[in-house]
Amino acid sequence: MKTQYQKAWFFVLPVLLLVAFNALIPMMTVVNYSVQETFGNNLFFWEGLGWFEKLLHSERFHAALGRQFLFTGLILAIEVPLGIIIALSMPRSGFWVPVCLVTMALPMLIPWNVVGAMWNIFTLPDIGLLGYLMNTTLGIDYDMTQNPFAAWATIITMDVWHWTSLVVLLSYAGLVSIPDAYYQAAKIDGASSWAVFRYIQLPKMKQVLTIAILLRFMDSFNIYTEVFVLTGGGPGNSTTLLSIDLVKIALGQFDLGPAAAMSLIYFAITLLVSWLFYTLMTKDDT
Amino acid sequence: MRKRYLIPLVYILFLMLPIYWLVAMSFKTTGEILSGFSLFPQTWTFDNYRVIFTDPTWYWGYINSIAYVSLNTVISLTVALPAAYAFSRYRFLGDKQLFFWLLTNRMAPAAVFALPFFQLYSAVGLFDTYLAVALAHCLFNIPLSVWILEGFMSGVPKELDETAYVDGYSFPRFFTTIFLPSIKAGVGVAAFFCFMFSWVELLLAKTLTAVYAKPIAATMTKTASSAGYELGLLAAAGTLTIIPGAIVIYFVRNHIAKGFALGRV
Repeated sequence: MKTQYQKAWFFVLPVLLLVAFNALIPMMTVVNYSVQETFGNNLFFWEGLGWFEKLLHSERFHAALGRQFLFTGLILAIEVPLGIIIALSMPRSGFWVPVCLVTMALPMLIPWNVVGAMWNIFTLPDIGLLGYLMNTTLGIDYDMTQNPFAAWATIITMDVWHWTSLVVLLSYAGLVSIPDAYYQAAKIDGASSWAVFRYIQLPKMKQVLTIAILLRFMDSFNIYTEVFVLTGGGPGNSTTLLSIDLVKIALGQFDLGPAAAMSLIYFAITLLVSWLFYTLMTKDDT
Repeated sequence: MRKRYLIPLVYILFLMLPIYWLVAMSFKTTGEILSGFSLFPQTWTFDNYRVIFTDPTWYWGYINSIAYVSLNTVISLTVALPAAYAFSRYRFLGDKQLFFWLLTNRMAPAAVFALPFFQLYSAVGLFDTYLAVALAHCLFNIPLSVWILEGFMSGVPKELDETAYVDGYSFPRFFTTIFLPSIKAGVGVAAFFCFMFSWVELLLAKTLTAVYAKPIAATMTKTASSAGYELGLLAAAGTLTIIPGAIVIYFVRNHIAKGFALGRV
């Protein structure tokens, strides 16, 4: 189909240079740090793979990684089905479609630290709408600065609020591309609505769902700003996700070596899991 | 049948609640906010907004943010357009590997890159300029633009190119007068996503700026710590950060769903 044309490289060159400048140089800096020890004053000493070894045996790293996987797992388990259900029940045409799309996309366009700050004032027990309703009206003891469970419930709810719309928009895009003839055929065959979903809608949504799951995985696995602004990783260490721990080590304690080693392991895990998702979800295509 | 519309309705209500609370709070005085719970502002005040529009440290934050976001959108689209064309029309050595490598750049946690980025942009003398933030955001916006544009371009039949060449069009003239207009929805969608991701990103923007290019969102964090806890002011500033996004999304509302459906995996 496509023409073989090696000079097409010149079209790609600007992109390659710009992205490489931003990706490769910082990456090499990180690799460089990860094998050295510093005591400040720009003095560096060779450390070899010591940091990696220490990290892989560190309780703190395991705990943060565990919390990160728990967070991402919960996010995917809630947002993907919820997004599909909402997309299925949205109107397909008419005046309300753009209204739905615009209002649903709104949370995604709010700067991430504003999202954190917004949820902070929303959940304050005495003057926040949610905090006040929970504590005073419903009588549930809810204070996310004290109770780890409340803190987890809050960061999960915040992320569901923030990003479910991405899954909705993508699934919806897949749904509206299904021709009417498919539904008419299903109606003639007397297919149940479950059968319509399972054999017509789901296969048509598969490609966009792959994108949705990949994007949601990458972004929730790398989440930093929103959770940091909302809980600061607390109470205690209960919501200290991997990225928050990383920034604590890198900028709080200025331990560049361990932080760099941790970044590389972090990146490798993200890459590996994304690749697994990608191969699993596209293997039937070929 | 009407019942199923309850689901999106409830969902939208859930989305609007925290936003309502932010907006309501921005019209309250700090005294009213701290004195106790009230569902609506008891005494409406526009003081919070007045402070933002008259204090240069506040309104320059907005100008800075909009400046680097626009610059980033222009740079990303300019370099992504020819690249997406190459990916959609030609086969060349390493094209698939390159495409996947571009996408992996979305996976690097920004927290990882913050310090090296600071050193890199200080070394090349761009620290605290619009260009620094705009270039840094290219890291994730260029791959996304290439991906979206490639999808739209593959939807244009190749015969269009061939007919144009037979008719004697040069490549640049064909690209700008025939090809670009036929994928303008795609350009709009890509621009929207560039705007969106550059607008909401803060970690890199904050790391790469100090005074002259400081984004509005960073101004907010500074104020929160220095001036005690001026919730009303913060709420007003937060409300204003929603508006540019709302305007941009209104323009692409009919294309936004299509934008992703066309992207290839």
